Amino acid sequence: MSGLEDLYREIILDHYKNPRNQGELPTPPAVVEQGHNPLCGDEVFVYIEMDGDTIADIKIGGQGCSISRSSASMMSTAVKGKNSEEVHELIHRFKAMMSVEEERPGHEGEADLKEFGELAALQGVVKFPVRIKCATLAWNTLNQALERVQQAG
Amino acid sequence: MDSLSATEIDQMDRVGNRTVAEIRKDFPIYRRAQDSAFVFLDSGASSQKPTAVLDAMDTYYSTTHANVHRGVYAIAERATELYENARVTLGRFIGAPKPAREIVFTKNATEAINLAAYSLARNLLRSESVVVLTEMEHHANLVPWMILKEQIGFEIRYIPFDADGFLDLSHLDEILDGSSIVAATMASNVFGTLTPIKELAEAAHSKGAIFLADGAQYVPHYKIDVKELGIDLLAMTGHKMLGPTGIGALWGREELLKKMPPFMGGGDMIEDVRLDGFTPNEVPYKFEAGTPPIAEAIGLAEAVRYLEAIGMDEIRLHEESLLDYALKTIGENFGDSVVVYGPTDATKKGGVVSFTMEGVHPHDLSQILDQSGVCVRAGHHCAKPVMKRLGVGATARASFYIYNDKSDVDSLVEALAKAQAFFA
Repeated sequence: MSGLEDLYREIILDHYKNPRNQGELPTPPAVVEQGHNPLCGDEVFVYIEMDGDTIADIKIGGQGCSISRSSASMMSTAVKGKNSEEVHELIHRFKAMMSVEEERPGHEGEADLKEFGELAALQGVVKFPVRIKCATLAWNTLNQALERVQQAG
Repeated sequence: MDSLSATEIDQMDRVGNRTVAEIRKDFPIYRRAQDSAFVFLDSGASSQKPTAVLDAMDTYYSTTHANVHRGVYAIAERATELYENARVTLGRFIGAPKPAREIVFTKNATEAINLAAYSLARNLLRSESVVVLTEMEHHANLVPWMILKEQIGFEIRYIPFDADGFLDLSHLDEILDGSSIVAATMASNVFGTLTPIKELAEAAHSKGAIFLADGAQYVPHYKIDVKELGIDLLAMTGHKMLGPTGIGALWGREELLKKMPPFMGGGDMIEDVRLDGFTPNEVPYKFEAGTPPIAEAIGLAEAVRYLEAIGMDEIRLHEESLLDYALKTIGENFGDSVVVYGPTDATKKGGVVSFTMEGVHPHDLSQILDQSGVCVRAGHHCAKPVMKRLGVGATARASFYIYNDKSDVDSLVEALAKAQAFFA
């Protein structure tokens, strides 16, 4: 199963089998956004509750494959407690990692990937272009949720 | 499985009087794939193409290409003849009483349904009208009606299906009451279950409704006779029946087609154009605006001849034997950890197995199967309402055709075991 280990790292399978921050948050005060992957039917609900400019709490709902679920789970642990600027920066960098064209962190700076922590495990997804959308689904949805917070604020 | 008879194995490895090994030699993709395992179990999405089809198109382009219905020079006339012959070949294949006048070439089954829906809607549908569909339609036979409903405001009713994927006809009379159009799939692309088309067409007619059958998943696998079924319109697609992509057809009874207004406007579909108006051409040309997919129609006709040479009844027998073996083997090897949707009796369904594996999302399953060269579809199969009913976001689906044999089912089962171990 060469190649598969790149896609299904141990850490990804762990987040898939034991997803973090699963569930719902009451809205309001939380905000919820729904994301779909029309190709495969994956769906995700991202609930965020802000404390000022900081994501105080985040919950993930919906269903999907191991890549979309683990990416959402890792995202939830990565953004909890961060302010919106930090989160936007992380979303940007994650999407850059998932992009074949845009400049990717990691090549010139291993340090960048280290900062990514567990999320770096998802890097192997880039080799499977069809699955990139699975990995970015929760991140795009989080971005929409933040936009909604901004509009409301 | 311990009790396979020689006849059973033979039926899986043979279609009519040809072995699957021989048939595969007709499909260049099997030659290319010789170096690595190639277990193609996704013909329900699109079938592979035999050399005869590719050659027919190639020869046409290399020797005869010119636009149809226009030029008076020799190759233009020859192109027209080939294109019109393709129409007749396809028409005869489905038992059309007037094959030359009742087959409208389209891009695919989706376009055929859109053509029928838009054209019928203009004369037939008002805000108080009722259109009846089934709950197991794929998106092609849902969304066109939904778009028209937004515009016209008619009611859409659905014939439900039961837990095994069969239509529940217990309230059929009530559901059909007051309907103008009834449109139903002939075979579910998720369950493989067959719909009682003849019964539905009769019931629709008893209410004065027009009946459209979606044959996308049926026509490639079964002998069909539109007269005997008593339907009014049939949508089909070429690429699922060994033909090229970009060609499908709508069959309609001539009298009905004559009454239906054109769908798309342009060249070839008119008899006369003045600055103050136009006169549409006769059927079927009034529905074929612009230069048609000529090479594709010729390729599809060749695919029909290929299927006829093998024999539709033989194809069905072969698929049924593979299906039966697959259902039994999956059941024996995986028990409750693999859920198969639809009936487990192979005689009651087409060559399609939709399933989910406990703890492994269909996407992941499909990806891991791919490592063993096993190609299956994973997703919602363009039937999201069906997925919702089943309470799943997606399923994996293996589907069989003439180039599949017992070893393909064995490869599938082996690869499934690997996937289960990987995610355990």
